[in-house]
Amino acid sequence: MKTFYWLVKRELWEHRGGFLWTPIIVGGVFLLLNLMGIITGEVMGGRHGFNITLGSSNNMNLLARALDQQSMATVGAGLDMVMYSPTMIIGMVLGFVVFFYCLGALYDDRRDRSLLFWKSLPISDTATVLSKVVAATVVAPLIAIIVGTLTGILMLLMFAIALSLHGVSVWHLLTLSHPFQVIANLVGSIPLYVVWALPTVGWLLLCSAWSRSKPFLWAVVLPVAVGIVIGWFNLLGTVDVQNSWYWRHVVGRVLLSVFPGGWLTQVQNIGGDDPAEVLSSLGVMHTYAVLGSPNIWIGVAAAAAMLAGAIWFRRWRDDS
Amino acid sequence: MSTVITASGLSKRYKHTQALDNVSFQIEPGRIVGLIGPNGAGKTTALKAILGLTDFSGELKVLGFDPRQQRDKLMGEVCFIADVAVLPRWIKVKEAVDFVANVHPRFDRRKCEAFLARTKLTPDQRVRQMSKGMIVQLHLALVMAIDARLLILDEPTLGLDILYRKQFYQSLLEDYFDENKTIVVTTHQVEEVEHILTDLMFIRDGKIVLDADMDAIGERFIEVMVNADRADVARQLKPVDERQVFGKSIFLFDGVERARLESLGEVRRPSVSDLFVATMKGTYA
Repeated sequence: MKTFYWLVKRELWEHRGGFLWTPIIVGGVFLLLNLMGIITGEVMGGRHGFNITLGSSNNMNLLARALDQQSMATVGAGLDMVMYSPTMIIGMVLGFVVFFYCLGALYDDRRDRSLLFWKSLPISDTATVLSKVVAATVVAPLIAIIVGTLTGILMLLMFAIALSLHGVSVWHLLTLSHPFQVIANLVGSIPLYVVWALPTVGWLLLCSAWSRSKPFLWAVVLPVAVGIVIGWFNLLGTVDVQNSWYWRHVVGRVLLSVFPGGWLTQVQNIGGDDPAEVLSSLGVMHTYAVLGSPNIWIGVAAAAAMLAGAIWFRRWRDDS
Repeated sequence: MSTVITASGLSKRYKHTQALDNVSFQIEPGRIVGLIGPNGAGKTTALKAILGLTDFSGELKVLGFDPRQQRDKLMGEVCFIADVAVLPRWIKVKEAVDFVANVHPRFDRRKCEAFLARTKLTPDQRVRQMSKGMIVQLHLALVMAIDARLLILDEPTLGLDILYRKQFYQSLLEDYFDENKTIVVTTHQVEEVEHILTDLMFIRDGKIVLDADMDAIGERFIEVMVNADRADVARQLKPVDERQVFGKSIFLFDGVERARLESLGEVRRPSVSDLFVATMKGTYA
């Protein structure tokens, strides 16, 4: 267990740039753009004599009174969405980070021969490969979520301060948001991410452990080429294989499942009439239904087989 | 103590070459064995087989383990340095020490830090900022702090300057080696290891062509410097090698009686490199 902990820690050391600094930079840029937006609004508003100062705090009371239960919920949901938004953008970037991390994880140290150092330590190849799976599917998203949530909270504060300069006390409105629920939903989605991303992680690690050069080409070209061949056979009408099925359930799953949120395509009744409903349909209480779909578990089984392959190649590939 | 390495009938074939050809040998504890051969003779393949890094046919036991089946356990007792610069370039000195300290049960952190204190390395230095010599110092500090029974060195001083090379072998002898440890080393720089070796193994085209301890080699191989007028007499005794120096001939004999050779001229013990050159004649031809 201790060894495994240090193995994961090692991944974090090596990939601090991708796992930690990338989300922080994306979050920072996100905040900066919003700040620029607010300043632009202020300057333009000032220039055109547009002043949205509502006067005094009793305006706020009026506003609060004007909000009925329904719109309060909408405002709360809107604020929650503001909190989610940085995490969503960081999540997109996370997909790329995890993709390239997995492609290099069992290849880069063979290329630079540092494999020989790692192999000189009493560590099993199974533990090595699994530590990389954990780094990709648990550690990386966890960091992304922490950074994303912090960015979201900072953003809310930024808007609150900007508005309070106009005499609108939004602090009261902020209490309508549900930060803990947001955090719970995000953290709660990590197990879904693990399960959903496994086929891609497994395939990329397999290519990474197996290919003698250019793992990216192999990982991408192989499934795409098979798809093209299937498409061509379909065109000839000789074999009747469902082309779109292949692209969706094989290519999509082995290449794109590292992008978070993909599992939502497997959940019924996503969406709603108002923001609150949409958000609650995206909450973990609802999305865990995806675990009932056999698709997910077929993916996990395939991933297990591919990871077993990756471990085998890690053990016996002899080219350094 | 029991034999450290027992190999019998070891064979390994790559696509175009027979890297190991039915090789058998034994290595006893407390020895420093030089595995010496020309490029492509199968040295590295032999070491890889011992370390369980490659598949092979034949029987091999290392410290009682089968390196193919029990590699993880074996690596708790074996250390190896495979030439320079296999340490990951991103790692910092303190990270390397932390990591090994936490995954290796036989690692002594204080020892390692004492070794590091003798170098110019700093805890926050990354491998990519180090010279080759410094990388080897770090690697050696890590390895010497591990109480392993077998240390495998594959060209450990390749590309180092003479100061680092001398220091490397000196540290090994003074601070590491004892009668419970065994070292197997491959190198091309024969001159530098010959005085520390206890055993010598020459490997050529996947076969072991010489396997003996240094004392036995001193008795078996004799070099004689013979005046030109007696050269023909010497040639009749079938020398394994002959070369000319300052108008005299130097003959290398294998297993010829010492007293007989002394009558021919000045007798001396051949250097390992002369022995090597004589044994490997025609390898690249």
